[in-house]
Amino acid sequence: MRARWHILVVDDEEAMTESLAAWLREDGYSVETAASGREALEKARAREYAIYFVDLKMPGGLDGIETMMEIRKIQPEASVIIITAYATVDTAITAMKEGAQEYVVKPCHPQEISLLVERIIRVKNLQRENAILRRKLSRQYRFCDLVSKSGRMAEVFDLVREVASQRSTVLIQGESGTGKELVARAIHFSGERGSLPFVAVSCAALAETLLESELFGHERGAFTGAVVQRKGKFEAADGGTVFLDEIGDISPKVQVDLLRVLQERRFSRVGGTTEIAVDVRVIAATHRDLETEVREGRFRDDLFYRLNVINIRLPPLRERREDIPLLAQEFLDRLSHELGRDIGEISDEALRVLMDHDWPGNVRELENAIERAMVTCKTRVLTGEDLAFLRPAPRSPSGLALPAGLTLQELEKEYITATLERAGGNVKETASLLGIDRSTLYDKLRRYEIPRRAS
Amino acid sequence: MSGLLVAPLPSAPAPLLDRLERDLGRAFALPVRRSGPVAEPAGAWSETRGQWSATDFLRALVARLPPPPCRLLGVTEHDLFVPVLSFVFGQAQLHGRAAVVSLARLRPEFHGLPPDDPLLERRAAKEAVHEVGHTFGLVHCLDRACPMSLSIDLPDLDRKTAEPCPSCSALLEGSLEMQRARAQAEVEPR
Repeated sequence: MRARWHILVVDDEEAMTESLAAWLREDGYSVETAASGREALEKARAREYAIYFVDLKMPGGLDGIETMMEIRKIQPEASVIIITAYATVDTAITAMKEGAQEYVVKPCHPQEISLLVERIIRVKNLQRENAILRRKLSRQYRFCDLVSKSGRMAEVFDLVREVASQRSTVLIQGESGTGKELVARAIHFSGERGSLPFVAVSCAALAETLLESELFGHERGAFTGAVVQRKGKFEAADGGTVFLDEIGDISPKVQVDLLRVLQERRFSRVGGTTEIAVDVRVIAATHRDLETEVREGRFRDDLFYRLNVINIRLPPLRERREDIPLLAQEFLDRLSHELGRDIGEISDEALRVLMDHDWPGNVRELENAIERAMVTCKTRVLTGEDLAFLRPAPRSPSGLALPAGLTLQELEKEYITATLERAGGNVKETASLLGIDRSTLYDKLRRYEIPRRAS
Repeated sequence: MSGLLVAPLPSAPAPLLDRLERDLGRAFALPVRRSGPVAEPAGAWSETRGQWSATDFLRALVARLPPPPCRLLGVTEHDLFVPVLSFVFGQAQLHGRAAVVSLARLRPEFHGLPPDDPLLERRAAKEAVHEVGHTFGLVHCLDRACPMSLSIDLPDLDRKTAEPCPSCSALLEGSLEMQRARAQAEVEPR
């Protein structure tokens, strides 16, 4: 079992490196040697060593302390043991201050080396076990693709299980990025319709006429460009589920059409007269407060009652902070695989940054933040430094510098344009940075006529 | 030839060598024979440390190795060191064919106690099995009674037996099997 732990011995005296390496190999460790600080750094970049034995005095540029400091930049979690034949209190203090785990004077008693390594490896084994247990725990808190240990989400999971096999319409409400589509999928895939189609439509991303055609299909010649007959999402989802995301954004006309489908389970394609019957379960979702929309006359009350047969409210991430470590580890594991990066842990400092953030963009924002941090992360551990972009930028004493004479709408347009440019035209990232969902952003891009790609 | 040669380096008590050879033969199920004495290599004495270089001793033994797969164990009265450690009871080539054992610190009198030859012989036999075990690729065992466990002081060594534990015996058997297969392949070339 010890062979899986790699140790690097760094000393310019070959007799020293070889005798220490031989001793550690007899202990069963996998040991390599380096004759200089530079060679040690090359090896540290190529492979991960659990322990570095570094000689204090080495000629040729990097001495032991400098080598250790560079190693710790590459592998912050590695244990570095400084060895020296010229022990002084000053060097010992410097070594320990700069992060050496131990300071050993050579020649040393064999017991010292073996027990020292054993002690370090025992801690590393515990850390590894801890990481494995954390992952097992994360699986325990999983339901379909949803991960949570919060009491409020446990109630959601129970409700999802309960309604999965029913046909009733479900309305999922929650802020952007809380996982409304994941809940919709969980309902669909854990129910009897699980093997049949799940068809998702983002209502906010499409103009009224396009949305109608998207939902109900169109006949050939129904409108300019309708050169062939096309089936809509309701037909495509026959037997399964249609997920209507951002239902609060649909026009009064589509509200009427939808109401009819929900009442009669029948509809006609755009430009057609034939009625088509479908067996479709409808799950709708919105980040808007639909009750208010109804009260203020922007959303039909009859449609609201049709949709709101079963209501699921998803709490924002800031109200279930206990899920942040679990979700962060989940994203780290998944993205490590997807991005081909070996980043397995999140440092305590990084976790504090995540816990302190307010997450206006909720779980989606957390996922984006982890991905962004992983891109810049240079080691196996995600550090607070990698998440520095989450810390609020210091404000000038006079507050934000705002251009004078702009209306609130003009200011919003300017800010969205600037953020879109900063995100290189990436709508997903822009929405996350602005703390709004993508559909709202599309809506604003259309309204302000902002091109998606800044030229 | 297969088996193991034991060489005094340059001298060791004959009854001790007898005991050591018997225990080695039992532990490794190999023929063990005595070889002629080997002189201390020139330059192995370190004036500053007042000890002998185990690495130099090992090098001298490697230069006198019998034909493979036979192994050679040197037994010396001298106190041995390696550069990074203050002393060693012995040293071996991991997966190699040479090993050396020092009797100096195994003697009770080194630690101010009265001489005890039977105790010295038992200690030497265990240490010899330990070092020869390394030549078969065995690493330190976690079973404190196994001769392959790490002895960093004499109480550690005295707690051990000269018989490898079942786990090390199985690994040893695998290593011997490989050795036999290699020898067979050399006898019957394709």
